[in-house]
Amino acid sequence: MTSLLVRGGRVLDPSSDFDAPADVLIREGRIEAIGNGLNADGAEVFDAAGAIVAPGFIDMHVHLREPGIEHAETIETGCKAAAAGGFTTICCMPNTVPVNDSATVTSYIVQRAREVASVNVYAIGAITKGSLGEELAAIGSMKEAGIVAISDDGRPVMNARVMRRAMEIARALDLPVIDHCEDLNLSAGGDMHEGVESVRLGLRGIPSSSEDVMVARDLLLAEQTGARFHVAHLSTSRSVTMVAFARSRGLNVSCEVTPHHFAITDEELGAYDSNYKMKPPLRCRSDVDAVIDGIVSGVIDAIATDHAPHAGSEKMQEFERCPFGITGLETALGLSLAELVHKNRIGLSRMVELFTTGPAAILKLDRGTLRPGAHGDVTVFDVDTEWTFDVQQSCSKSRNSPFHGRRFRGGPVATIVGGRIVWTRE
Amino acid sequence: MQPPMTLPDRMPAGLLDIESLDRREIEAILDRARFFQPLPNESYRRLDALRGKTIVNLFFEASTRTRVSFEIAAKRLGADTLSIAAQGSSTSKGESLVDTLNTLVAMRPSAIVMRHAASGAPQFLARHLHIPIVNAGDGTHEHPTQALLDARTILDRLPALEGLRVAIIGDIAHSRVARSNIHLLSKFGAEIVLCGPPSLLPRELERLAPGVRLAYDMMEAIRGADVIMMLRVQLERQHEAPMAASEYFRFYGLRLEHLALARPDVIVMHPGPINRGRELSSEVADSQRSVILNQVENGVAVRMAVLERILSDPQPDGRV
Repeated sequence: MTSLLVRGGRVLDPSSDFDAPADVLIREGRIEAIGNGLNADGAEVFDAAGAIVAPGFIDMHVHLREPGIEHAETIETGCKAAAAGGFTTICCMPNTVPVNDSATVTSYIVQRAREVASVNVYAIGAITKGSLGEELAAIGSMKEAGIVAISDDGRPVMNARVMRRAMEIARALDLPVIDHCEDLNLSAGGDMHEGVESVRLGLRGIPSSSEDVMVARDLLLAEQTGARFHVAHLSTSRSVTMVAFARSRGLNVSCEVTPHHFAITDEELGAYDSNYKMKPPLRCRSDVDAVIDGIVSGVIDAIATDHAPHAGSEKMQEFERCPFGITGLETALGLSLAELVHKNRIGLSRMVELFTTGPAAILKLDRGTLRPGAHGDVTVFDVDTEWTFDVQQSCSKSRNSPFHGRRFRGGPVATIVGGRIVWTRE
Repeated sequence: MQPPMTLPDRMPAGLLDIESLDRREIEAILDRARFFQPLPNESYRRLDALRGKTIVNLFFEASTRTRVSFEIAAKRLGADTLSIAAQGSSTSKGESLVDTLNTLVAMRPSAIVMRHAASGAPQFLARHLHIPIVNAGDGTHEHPTQALLDARTILDRLPALEGLRVAIIGDIAHSRVARSNIHLLSKFGAEIVLCGPPSLLPRELERLAPGVRLAYDMMEAIRGADVIMMLRVQLERQHEAPMAASEYFRFYGLRLEHLALARPDVIVMHPGPINRGRELSSEVADSQRSVILNQVENGVAVRMAVLERILSDPQPDGRV
């Protein structure tokens, strides 16, 4: 294997409190050294002048649609989109066809990723068989096959007793339990956030309480079982408060937010454009403000995209018939810079934490750092180049993004996985 | 307040909702509708303003009065019309809404009048098709021509909308008629009291438009009202156990004794179809205060005004 010298950038590594102009040398797939005037004979050189050199970004919440829904996305195309968004590691949710609820499916994903993936792929296993919420999946076998967490994302476990048992097993296996917190009885039939906008548009609402009651339930069960519990795509004010409260009681809980939940509100649905339809739904201004406050105060641990590709034909329907979900890998960094950093809500270092040390700690991954000896995963990005997101140029197979045509300031420059450049701008 | 004399621009994309119309546009339609109202014992005027135009009435939901009303309106203006009850069309063979509409548009009609069970269906189509679309009711969102004909009916009896006290009673949550009326009446400065059982009266309605307040008690809603609009309970759009019919009528059904609380010249309206003994008593429906059939009658005149406005060719002096 060869060597790569990432030269002349501002190296920003929150895991080691490093923030200074420096070169990064990667040899044999591992970080060898950070410094100036490194001996890099024979190394390939990447010029990072004017850019920021950070540990490779991790997206812990992605839907790759393979196996079974390959017309919307594949492991290969999803990884390309991830690389183009500056991500070096992604975790794929189990709601494929079949559901990833057994070691067989996990092994298939791991094997396919080895063959076609340009970034690191970790699988998340289902909590229950078929994600039907009844019988527990083969969690132990899936762990042996490589899963890093369990979740019934998109089809939350409604039965509290089943969730309790899952948490007990997860604790014994040292796996985090990730829950898509939604009380399906409260949200039933809803298409958007319940509030003045849903009343105006005549669409059925998904109340904030449908998230809150499940966050509350899960926090109680986490306290009872001692499991590591993670709230996926948290979107409401009260959920932020409850996670903060649980943490103050010493619980091992964490949470993520998506860029769309801090960047846009339910007021943007006026044209019944299904690219604004996802779960949890875009919330109202006060929820969005509370989520941003949670990012600032440190309650929120990670930014994750919930990248959910859908074929055009599925989204080209009456709003109430369209499936939930939007793509997100290629716009996450641009949105985070725009809404969090450029608006002076958080500094760059905190933003990088949300993409690196945050998710790495939740999943106990040996990534998200540039310490010598670590995996040679590096995200190079800048903060001021202006660009426009053209969804037609997306590396994803799908086009369901509400951010088509949006102007950004700053975004990914190069993505390096295991010392190999897998994507560069232009 | 007198309407301004200048005529507003043509509606480029048909008529999708009331919310995005301004007062001037609404006034122009209401004024023009008056011109189309027939004299007693006569039928509607027959004009040929839309000669050579073809209007497709595409109804994805059952409708009698609205469909017939649009059809008569179009014919009275000299247009050719075609009505399709879409439950039995290619949509039942799995064709998507956009493909169905594209197929129709390829046959070059002049406009499409559409009713659909999904809120926002006409807005969604308007983004993808280059043809005027008239919304004849979309899900639980809006029913703009109903609000226009209701306003015409009120103005036939009362001098102005401004300052009127209008009580809208019933299943507000699922009512596209209520939403369109709330927007229209609010634009003209009416005071709007919405009343119904709590599960059919979301609190957020108060913030939908200026001048709206909520009441859970029918007596309170009716007191001093100039206009009472009763709504049908839309069982087909409710997804949970509704209130028992007898309980509903007891607390939210309009009966003669209620009318004493309202202003002496109060008018009672209902978009139809009415359910006697469910949301209003037979005595009220047939009383002198009821203008329910006037509403139906005005439907044709208002729809003539709307279709003419959307489809007639501009006159040399720029008027439409």
